[in-house]
Amino acid sequence: MVEAKVIGKHEIMINADIPAPAAANLRLVNEQDADIPLTITALNKKDEHHYIATTAEPLSATDHYLLSSQANGMSVTLAPPFFSVLIAVIISSALINNFVFTRYLGLCVFFGVSRRRETAIGMGVTFSIVAVLAGFLCWVLNHFALVPLKLGFLQIIAFIGIVAALVQAAETIIKKVNVVLYKKFGIFLVLITTNCIILAIPLLNATAHAGLWEALALAFGSSFGFALAMYLMSCAREKVDMAPVPAIFKGLPIAFILAGLFAMSFLGFSGLKFM
Amino acid sequence: MSSPSAKVLIMRGLFDENPVFRLALSLCPAVAVTTSLKNGLLLGVAVFCVQVLSSVSASVLKPFINPRIRLPLFVLIVALWVSAVDMILAAYFPAIYAQVGLYVKLIVAFAIILSRMELFASKNPIWPSTLDGIGMGLGFLLAMILTGSLRELVGSGSILGITIIPTKPLLLAVLPAGGFFTIGLIMALFNWIDLMRGKKLSSGGGAHG
Repeated sequence: MVEAKVIGKHEIMINADIPAPAAANLRLVNEQDADIPLTITALNKKDEHHYIATTAEPLSATDHYLLSSQANGMSVTLAPPFFSVLIAVIISSALINNFVFTRYLGLCVFFGVSRRRETAIGMGVTFSIVAVLAGFLCWVLNHFALVPLKLGFLQIIAFIGIVAALVQAAETIIKKVNVVLYKKFGIFLVLITTNCIILAIPLLNATAHAGLWEALALAFGSSFGFALAMYLMSCAREKVDMAPVPAIFKGLPIAFILAGLFAMSFLGFSGLKFM
Repeated sequence: MSSPSAKVLIMRGLFDENPVFRLALSLCPAVAVTTSLKNGLLLGVAVFCVQVLSSVSASVLKPFINPRIRLPLFVLIVALWVSAVDMILAAYFPAIYAQVGLYVKLIVAFAIILSRMELFASKNPIWPSTLDGIGMGLGFLLAMILTGSLRELVGSGSILGITIIPTKPLLLAVLPAGGFFTIGLIMALFNWIDLMRGKKLSSGGGAHG
């Protein structure tokens, strides 16, 4: 039984109940470039079952590595812990790479509905639900149909088709099931089709070859970030509406300046590092 | 709508109903890719092509489209043209495409293209629809050039990569926040021009502002 994990920038902790082979017999590769070996400079015994391998190249705790021994043919995969990946994806898509303030997506809807707090919350909730559903459906379609059939060039058409169909279906179902709910959230559903975030999530997932849980985490994190951005913005805009703003800045221009200030404060999150 | 003259249609897209500064639609790329003029130009041209082609397609196909399902079909038409433009750009301009690729794909979700198809092309003959598409496309291109050159000049002191001011006057302009500030200021400028020309200010620069 052999286990290994990255513990430092140049260090791997190997947990083995058999004597480890010499450093020269170990082969370490990054799973993405499996034919480029990374150099292991030393292998030190820490105690009876633990060894520390030192590498020349810097390692990243978020990457996947494959460590194999040429002496006895054993190999072990080094992967970051599952839940810390999910949490990192959620935090990074919600705060560090907030779609509105650092990637500038979904701005049309963002400026359109962030005038009042009530509409901002309504849109945020509706959007989060639809985005996670759409993210899931697009991932399934991409993973089981587009990738195996090599139809990657159809991504845009397929994803926007799913989103449009999902929105249409949700609208029809909610209208039949609960009229009150429809009156409250129906208008937001229609607007979602023109929100680029809903399309950006599956496209980013497809580009990153994300797994199902990572794809769902990205969908959840980014729609949460979007809802957060809209809520913050609506609070500020309600105050600005009362303030004596110069006539030429009234309405959208001042909203843009506000968004700029928010974007500056969100820059602060770029120092946040997980793992 | 009686068919207005070509000049009116094009000027409307450029100034009176400029998609970015007036209607406040298609803002995402306007802020995102305008860190340099070159990126802005590429996306502006891409949107221009998609807008014209989609408007024309919608106008040509309108007798065959059942009004009840027109919106999903319009979206598919846009998606088709975007895919084509996306592949062409990826093949011929790989360097810039690497930076703006995601935003080219996201042209599908641009409200401006769909809204011109719905509001104009689905009700008008082919030629006025073409002109309307050209006007709106040019309006977007103008917005991209304006913001792109302003941000590149102020942020990195150059235009199209050619150094004009040896220092970097205000790095903030190319940072995320700078895009919002620049667009806000240009919108205010448009309002100011209106004010100078003695027009009444609309209540906030946008259809849903």
